[in-house]
Amino acid sequence: MTHITVNVDGTTYEDDVEPRLLLAHYLRDRLGLTGTPIGCDTSNCGACTVELDGASAKSCSVLAVQADGCAVTTVQGLARNGELTALQRAFHEQHGLQCGYCTPGMIMAARDLLRENPHPTSDEVRHALEGNLCRCTGYQNIVRAVLAASGQQDGSGPADRTRDASGQQVTEEVTA
Amino acid sequence: MIPPAFEYARPETVEEAVRLLAEAGDEAKVLAGGQSLLPLLRLRLAFPELVVDVGRIPGLRGVREDGDTLVIGALTTHHEVIRDPLVRRHAGLLAAATATVADPAVRHRGTLGGSLAHADPAGDLPAVVLALDGELVAAGPEGRRTVPAREFFVDYLQSALSPDELLIEIRVPKADGWGFHYEKFHRVAQSWAIVGVAALVRREDGRIAEARVGLTNMGATPLRASAAETALAGADGPDPVRRAASGAAEGTRPGQDASASPEYRAHLARVLTERAVLTAAGMG
Amino acid sequence: MTDQAVAGEVGREVGRARPRKEDARLLTGQTTWTDNIQVAGMLHLAVLRSPMAHARITRVDVAPALERPGVLAAFSGADLAEGLGSLPCAWPVTEDIVLPDHPPIAVDEVRYAGDPVAVVVARDRYAAADALEAVEVDYDPLPPVLDLEAALAEDAPLVHSDKGTNRCYAWPLATGESFAAVRERADVTLKRRYHQQRLIPNAMEPRAVVVTPLAASGEYTVYSATQIPHILRIMLATVTGIPEHKLRVIAPDVGGGFGSKLQVYGEEALALAVARELGRPVKWTESRSEGYLATHHGRGMIQDIEVAATREGRLLGLKVDLVADMGAYLMLVTPGIPILGAFMYPAIYKMDAYEFRCTGVFTTRTPTDAYRGAGRPEATFAIERIMDELAAELGLDPVEVRRRNWIRREEFPYTTIAGLTYDSGDYEAATDRALSLFGYDDLRAEQRARNERGDPVRLGIGVSTFTEMCGLAPSRVLRDLRYGAGGWEAASIRMLPTGKVEVVTGTSPHGQGHETCWSQIAADVLGVPFEDVEVLHGDTKSSPQGMDTYGSRSLAVGGEAVHRAATTVVAKARKVAAHLLEASEQDLEFRDGVFSVKGSPEARRSIQEIAFEAFTNHDLPDGVEPSINAEHVVDPENFSFPHGTHLCAVEVHTETGWTRIRSYVCVDDVGRVVNPVIVEGQVHGGLAQGIAQALYEEAVYDDEGNLVSGSMADYLVPSAPDLPDFVTDRTETPATSNALGVKGVGEAGTIASTPAVVNAVVDALRPLGVTDVRMPCTPERVWRAVREATA
Repeated sequence: MTHITVNVDGTTYEDDVEPRLLLAHYLRDRLGLTGTPIGCDTSNCGACTVELDGASAKSCSVLAVQADGCAVTTVQGLARNGELTALQRAFHEQHGLQCGYCTPGMIMAARDLLRENPHPTSDEVRHALEGNLCRCTGYQNIVRAVLAASGQQDGSGPADRTRDASGQQVTEEVTA
Repeated sequence: MIPPAFEYARPETVEEAVRLLAEAGDEAKVLAGGQSLLPLLRLRLAFPELVVDVGRIPGLRGVREDGDTLVIGALTTHHEVIRDPLVRRHAGLLAAATATVADPAVRHRGTLGGSLAHADPAGDLPAVVLALDGELVAAGPEGRRTVPAREFFVDYLQSALSPDELLIEIRVPKADGWGFHYEKFHRVAQSWAIVGVAALVRREDGRIAEARVGLTNMGATPLRASAAETALAGADGPDPVRRAASGAAEGTRPGQDASASPEYRAHLARVLTERAVLTAAGMG
Repeated sequence: MTDQAVAGEVGREVGRARPRKEDARLLTGQTTWTDNIQVAGMLHLAVLRSPMAHARITRVDVAPALERPGVLAAFSGADLAEGLGSLPCAWPVTEDIVLPDHPPIAVDEVRYAGDPVAVVVARDRYAAADALEAVEVDYDPLPPVLDLEAALAEDAPLVHSDKGTNRCYAWPLATGESFAAVRERADVTLKRRYHQQRLIPNAMEPRAVVVTPLAASGEYTVYSATQIPHILRIMLATVTGIPEHKLRVIAPDVGGGFGSKLQVYGEEALALAVARELGRPVKWTESRSEGYLATHHGRGMIQDIEVAATREGRLLGLKVDLVADMGAYLMLVTPGIPILGAFMYPAIYKMDAYEFRCTGVFTTRTPTDAYRGAGRPEATFAIERIMDELAAELGLDPVEVRRRNWIRREEFPYTTIAGLTYDSGDYEAATDRALSLFGYDDLRAEQRARNERGDPVRLGIGVSTFTEMCGLAPSRVLRDLRYGAGGWEAASIRMLPTGKVEVVTGTSPHGQGHETCWSQIAADVLGVPFEDVEVLHGDTKSSPQGMDTYGSRSLAVGGEAVHRAATTVVAKARKVAAHLLEASEQDLEFRDGVFSVKGSPEARRSIQEIAFEAFTNHDLPDGVEPSINAEHVVDPENFSFPHGTHLCAVEVHTETGWTRIRSYVCVDDVGRVVNPVIVEGQVHGGLAQGIAQALYEEAVYDDEGNLVSGSMADYLVPSAPDLPDFVTDRTETPATSNALGVKGVGEAGTIASTPAVVNAVVDALRPLGVTDVRMPCTPERVWRAVREATA
């Protein structure tokens, strides 16, 4: 057992945990913070995305012991006094969720994007969400929601998929 | 799925980490960012007795200059590599290729050192460091040793690191003035490269004076397209580049999987090498 | 959008783009997924699965697992066999179908990689996972059965040796003239073979089940990530022998299904059996890669399709011969999936002859069953693909060849060659609108220009004019198809004393937004605020009667039941209002929830006041019961037939085989729309899944029968950058088979998009001589097709 101290959504917890305990299971099974779901075992789906010291991380691919001394923000820590954040509101208004299982991860990934790039294009949004799978929405309304939360309307220009969120020129897709 | 049980240590120095690794023999795994190791553990494809978490060892994270060489700490995350001004200035190929690795959340946690030590030929960064003529610095019980990238990748998921060694930094010669491009071909944004080509090109008088081409997923290790590199010297336009790139798959042994056959991979290596070199040379 | 007159009354709510009621809990992490449920004393179940596709089990020793820390129990298949019956197949499609026994856990033989062989029960999920590794199993390998056609050979190794054959059934249908006769007089016949690859449904929430027993009374509550709590209750009672009235099944928040949770799974029965054995609450949650083996797959067919037509492109006949992969066992509706498709091959077209035959085949792979569309996408794919081939053969535009054959708007209602009566539709309107939004002529011009200059990046245009049968289903039709249950749906409305409303529905949503839509319907009919309506679902205790959610049935059948129940509430309230207002019922007007007397508007009673009057029963008319609540069970008189025209433009890089969707336009006609935002979302999600079949996804097996695409790292579910923005629009021709005029939308996008995309890929390459690319159209397959055609 390893002793850890983790601040989750503003509350500090101390626990003795097995080193192999995944952060996602620590949140869900130990702390009862079930707002963060788990959707895969290969870090592909992103449903379990949280913020670890302010940066998005897939909590199924982080050991709880790695979060020792860190601050974790989950989807349950976003709304204050029942007031949804702009992103949560936008997901609601743009119908950016159906079954909702991917939604916590989508919101955390989108927060990460908007911190670094407050006015992304629609393709930058798609690119930033590449690590989060949704099976219901076809992503279009999720993209709309993120754009709306950034104060933009839907309908940005044609594809410019070769830019990373940082503005770095990269090649993500092969074009002739 | 759920990782098997293991002991856990979080050393605070390289020396302590090396000692722990040495004591554990073959039974330890190094944990840096965990983005390769955690899925392996969860699928129970690895059963270490001890996991040595080096993630908090000071001094292994960040980028500095050492004369004509860029020194990147093994724990520098992908996120940091992409944004680092020194990397972007002197090793733009690495920044560009790193931006294609996995997704933003994984790039926050995953490290350059971890990606290289994992030695997955389908990973993007081994071929890039190979093309950059990088060197990898390992710390072991006998001290430090420097391994050229050409000797570092030994076999599938197998590096030249011995079980008691820790990768601590990556040294790449500054590629100032070289054009570069990483051409990644994958079926969906999340999937591994079917083939990737890392190209570096130095031009003189409108010709390619020197070219280095690293290949992702064309064998059990990352490879250099040596025949193509030789043939590219002197190329002065798209046609000579295409002819030179037609040798890109020589000496490779690409594998078969659900996404591609060896024959198709060899074809892609040629086409993507042509594209990557043309783009890197500004001839595209 | 074409606004036409809609059936029923138009209110403030129906048709309104309401943001969803469901969202608040989903956006804030306050959801109740099954795996979130924690119960005092709960134990965790883990399942050991066969690593082999086919083998005799010679030994299972669970004793070593019991030595592991935290382990309370472990069971082999033999240990549990006595208390567990066979998992059910509710759709034996023919009288002589081969119906093998399907134990929830294998006893003496495993028949697919992933077949359960032992279970362990431990204090937490980690201990349970560890203990699995201690269970010892010896296998005696048997030959895998993987090739659908070879499996039918006389000397083929058998999946179920006691049955003597791998042929599960042969199901024929022949209507109109004989195909041979129309082939005689046809100017052109075309025969093609298409492959429907196996798909893994990939609902984002993995399956999970929690069982809490109450030993004293022999009652069990089963929480399951299921689409079908009502059906599950009946079936689990049968499988476990626990009396139905002692079983309560709850589908809490369920994270998507797409057919994969329309099932009675072995793990549900096992959890129940173990909870009964130990008297303790038990939880099982699948991991994703475990689910790839253990949760049913979809599709998996070889389709031989032949058309006969005139020189002018008029269809004379259609012949379809299917071989369908059942997998190792028949699950809930496995054999019926291709049969649902049988009626859809003629699609929107008129013809004189239709012959269909489906042969179901057992293989040593994960069982197949419903996956979004269930039989209809496969049918639509084959007919829409061959319509393009016919167009190419005759030198006609693919849209034109469809125009020459489809049922014209003035011909509705129209009984198709397959015997379905399409009540309404307007293929002309949807197609014209789609062509205009798409810029069809401009794209064709660009395509010609690219072809003429030999551009290595080709443009392809694909069209798909589809229809589907939704609103499952008229019970008598189901009887004729030998389906084991009816197709009705139930709803009741409870008017609470304070004027609030509870709508109880037998549908079981898992992302569709029934809470919002049913509230809109009820609010309109009752004239109460949307916010005052609560929808109860997914719990056999609060919603005792239902047929659940699948097959785009919920709105057309379940929504209709809500509508009728609400209408009855108003009728009952009217009697009370008339009494209280001392007027005749005919003199009452009902508007916005208020009864008033015609001509004296000050004499009013709201429906909420009447609910309270009914509650007190102080002044109700004689002989009137003190309740205005109502319940309806609706059995649909017909299916509903959404349709639409989908157009896809792709760029195909001939040098590498890379395909990029450049634009996608669809105009769907789903009848009257209750909530346009939800309809659009359903279309988007459907398109993503259909496109994924065309380009990305496939459950790949190796020669030994191992699932190669065994995790999300290998099975390519597209993410946001892999898909384009879709342009969606609608036409609206109301269904006539229900008062709401609705048709259903859950599967439309999936059904229509797959052929649109593949038609576009083939269209791009046709000038090079390519006539087909097998799905998924991977870069390598496209590259090979080009290479072989140009060699």
